[in-house]
Amino acid sequence: MDFTQLTSNFRWIIPETVITGCALLVLMVEAFRRSKGASLASGIICLAGSLVALYYARCLWNNNVTTFYGLYVIDNFGTFFKFVFLIILILISIVSMRYAAREEIGFGEYYALLLLGVLGMMVMVSSNSFITIFIGLEVMSLAIYILCGLLSGNLKSAEASLKYFLLGAFATAFLLYGIALTYASSGTVDVKELAWLIKEQCFDFTYVFFCGMALLIVGFGFKIAAVPFHMWTPDVYEGAPTSITAYMATGVKAAAFGAFLRVFYTGFFPFIEDWSAILWFIAVLTMIVGNIIALVQNNIKRLLAYSSIAHAGYILVAFVTGDKVLLSSILFYLMVYAFMNIGAFTIVMLLGRKGEPNEEIESYAGLAGRHPFIALSMSIFLLSLTGIPPLAGFMGKFYIFSAAIKARYYWLAVIGVLNSAVAAYYYLRVLMYMYFKEPERELGAIDLSPAYVIVILISIAALLYMGILPRDVLLLAQKSVSIF
Amino acid sequence: MGAFCFPILSVLIYVPLLGAVTLLFVRREHGTYIKGFALVISLIEFALSIPLYFYFNEKTVGMQFVERAAWFPEWGITYFLGIDGISLLLILLTTFLTVLCVLCSWRAIETKVKEYYITFLFLETAMIGTLCSLDLVLFYIFWELMLIPMYLLIGVWGGPKRVYAAIKFFLFTMAGSVLMLLAIFILYYQFYNATGTYTFDVLQLYNAHIPVAKQYWLFAAFALSFAIKVPMFPVHTWLPDAHTEAPTAGSVILAGVLLKMGTYGFLRFAIPLFPAAAHAAIPIISILALVGIIYGAIVSMMQPDLKRLIAFSSVSHLGYVMLGMFAFNMQGLEGSIYQMLNHGVSTGGLFLIVGMLYERRHTRMIADFGGLSTPMPILAIFFMIVTLSSVALPGTNGFVGEFLILLGAFRANMLFGILGTTGVVLGAVYMFWMFQRVMFGEVKKEENRKLIDLGKREVLILCSVVFFIVLMGVYPKIFFKKMDTSVEGFLKFVKERNAYYVASEGAPVKVVLDTLKKPAE
Repeated sequence: MDFTQLTSNFRWIIPETVITGCALLVLMVEAFRRSKGASLASGIICLAGSLVALYYARCLWNNNVTTFYGLYVIDNFGTFFKFVFLIILILISIVSMRYAAREEIGFGEYYALLLLGVLGMMVMVSSNSFITIFIGLEVMSLAIYILCGLLSGNLKSAEASLKYFLLGAFATAFLLYGIALTYASSGTVDVKELAWLIKEQCFDFTYVFFCGMALLIVGFGFKIAAVPFHMWTPDVYEGAPTSITAYMATGVKAAAFGAFLRVFYTGFFPFIEDWSAILWFIAVLTMIVGNIIALVQNNIKRLLAYSSIAHAGYILVAFVTGDKVLLSSILFYLMVYAFMNIGAFTIVMLLGRKGEPNEEIESYAGLAGRHPFIALSMSIFLLSLTGIPPLAGFMGKFYIFSAAIKARYYWLAVIGVLNSAVAAYYYLRVLMYMYFKEPERELGAIDLSPAYVIVILISIAALLYMGILPRDVLLLAQKSVSIF
Repeated sequence: MGAFCFPILSVLIYVPLLGAVTLLFVRREHGTYIKGFALVISLIEFALSIPLYFYFNEKTVGMQFVERAAWFPEWGITYFLGIDGISLLLILLTTFLTVLCVLCSWRAIETKVKEYYITFLFLETAMIGTLCSLDLVLFYIFWELMLIPMYLLIGVWGGPKRVYAAIKFFLFTMAGSVLMLLAIFILYYQFYNATGTYTFDVLQLYNAHIPVAKQYWLFAAFALSFAIKVPMFPVHTWLPDAHTEAPTAGSVILAGVLLKMGTYGFLRFAIPLFPAAAHAAIPIISILALVGIIYGAIVSMMQPDLKRLIAFSSVSHLGYVMLGMFAFNMQGLEGSIYQMLNHGVSTGGLFLIVGMLYERRHTRMIADFGGLSTPMPILAIFFMIVTLSSVALPGTNGFVGEFLILLGAFRANMLFGILGTTGVVLGAVYMFWMFQRVMFGEVKKEENRKLIDLGKREVLILCSVVFFIVLMGVYPKIFFKKMDTSVEGFLKFVKERNAYYVASEGAPVKVVLDTLKKPAE
């Protein structure tokens, strides 16, 4: 083995190395001392690590390299997703310094798992090889299975963890079986090679091959919470610690979409007619089921869980179109979605207290009178989720539906926009409680710690920036998808 | 245009926003300062809008005070503002009514004063932005932006059923506008495929060639969105609830300006973008407008609640606006635009008066009043004048508008004209009957005897309303001369484009049958 070549390979994975290093460091801190100070130190290491990794990820921009003997690729697509994951990690680690301390879960393993989860996500979107994608997916998933159950003594949290683990393992098996069948019929685990083989018609497209494709859709569909593979979402989102819910709803979804996009827009792209017909139905079902069930939710975390299902549906609308330029709308949307969702979950964290989560929508009644800043911030996040201009959520939907129109999926677009009108109802319902109702009971003092306020302000600034001046981020996203 | 290098439209749009943001940082204890500040901002805004009238060159057809800046050039989204004779008058109406609204809320709003004025100024920004935008994306942004403040105005400061009314208002309008968004995209890609340029610029899109079969769908999407806002029968049902539950100023601005956004949308977007479809839709829209006129009037008669009565009368009045507009002749169109202004002034005036009564008696039921002219003679005079304006008595503004609309309707279609005229009679019935029950006769209820007549602030508000009622009724020329050229240009353009489509694709009716046979692509 050529040692110099191997070291030169390593400079392409500095962000991943930094994140791994920090995860190990955090575990070391933990080993020596288990105290509040150690917990804070772990949080700071996590934050610093993600900032450094973000800096190095920035240096990867505009580099197209295949390293580690074709198992790992560095391209703008992967790098854009790395930006998204690291931004999510930054926001979550800031919030966790307060939230995890309050819930007494913020020990070393918490931050280590957060870091490892992001490592998995980064690996997942940076490879053309099914094997590497699968390894990334497993690293991410294992970290999150544990994170979901961290609230010890809380039955819902234990249920979330177990449920996510069992169903997740099952879905992973589907994915793995899909990979195996694809390999069995084509003889390759590399999506680029697969595309080439299909183009040259080097193998018979037997049922085995199509079964493999279908199973891959199931596996990815589970991770992005598309209907009918969404059953786990509400329970897991509700039971998991709120910071982890925010992390899952944004990070896992983005990572799964990243890998999903790469596999289907490279390897299986010649069969777009076939899979887009399936995904058309999945998109419609996901939007409708997510939105309709969200209408009757009284728990804010469950509401946001169903809304996250519905948002996966909107993103699938752009996925179905097969327009390789407007695919950037998916990337843009995932970025926007990260900010608005983390913002909304931060408000949920902020209003809770240890042992008293205050997650019922009723407990938001009269918030505007008592805490106008919090109510205003929550309104901004919810209105952005609704898609009201000039917030970034509007621009996200704008590009997604323009993609559908451009590709002449008129009915899909009509169903999509009508769904977003339905969605307005349940987001406004929270607004209604905050602004129109009088509180039934005193909410008590609110812990307006700087950790929360910083995340809220960053998210609002990002939403306004991407809503009013979407150009920069969107052009970045457009550059990223130019690899397809 | 050249005479005015100052970006007046942007200033008009952002002054209220700036005011709203400033108010965010004022402590809520200073209630009077907040009110005073909001009043000053709205007065500055009004003062800024007056030069528009004088510097507006009534001899040119094109857009004036144009501002254009690149926003997202790769996608053809520009920051493009400009006004013509039609939007000029509506902007003046908006700034004028906002001042009145701030004044009339002085005592009526006692809770969350700060938030109220922030919401209101924010709403003004959105309204003026909608009227000035000539880029479809910019227009859509402002259009949607109007929803939130209005939703809050109804929901926070409204009556007992406010939550229902607010959500109904929001969902109706949103459902319509999202479909319009899709139609905008289709138009955008259609234009791109034909010319190779991406643009949302309305003036360029006016010249797009859109196959007539496609026009029907696009026109339908735009028209649905605007018809909900107007509101036209049968999508008017949100209006009575919203009006009844909204606070006085909310009702005034809703009736005065927000409804006009629908009719303005037809004039600026739906008709000139899709002229062939608009011509084909004349019978449908006219009939719906007539149903609105007559249905609104009949339902008004039976309303026990003053605000609901006026709300249904709005349905009827806006029916006239639509009838005149779809007559597609000079009289009908000018009457229609004039009626938009009239309705803003006189229905706004009626809502103000009902608001004043409500502040005193905390009821709006007609049955609770009676003989009010004895304790409140000053109010009675103003109420009478505004009522007369609403039933279109010659000498008031209402007459000029309705007369022109009916003239236009007769010229276009005799039957529509005749049916439209019955609405005038019905209008007199419900308005006068209401007035009689509220103001004349014996004072039956003890509470009504002790009512205090109008104060100085209220007289000032109503005087300014009456001033415009009389001015617009006696000397309409000062308004018409500003819009004449624009309306003429508009009609000429629409007729030419329609003729072009007829020439290129045959008579519209034939195409309708064709599209019915083959499904849309």
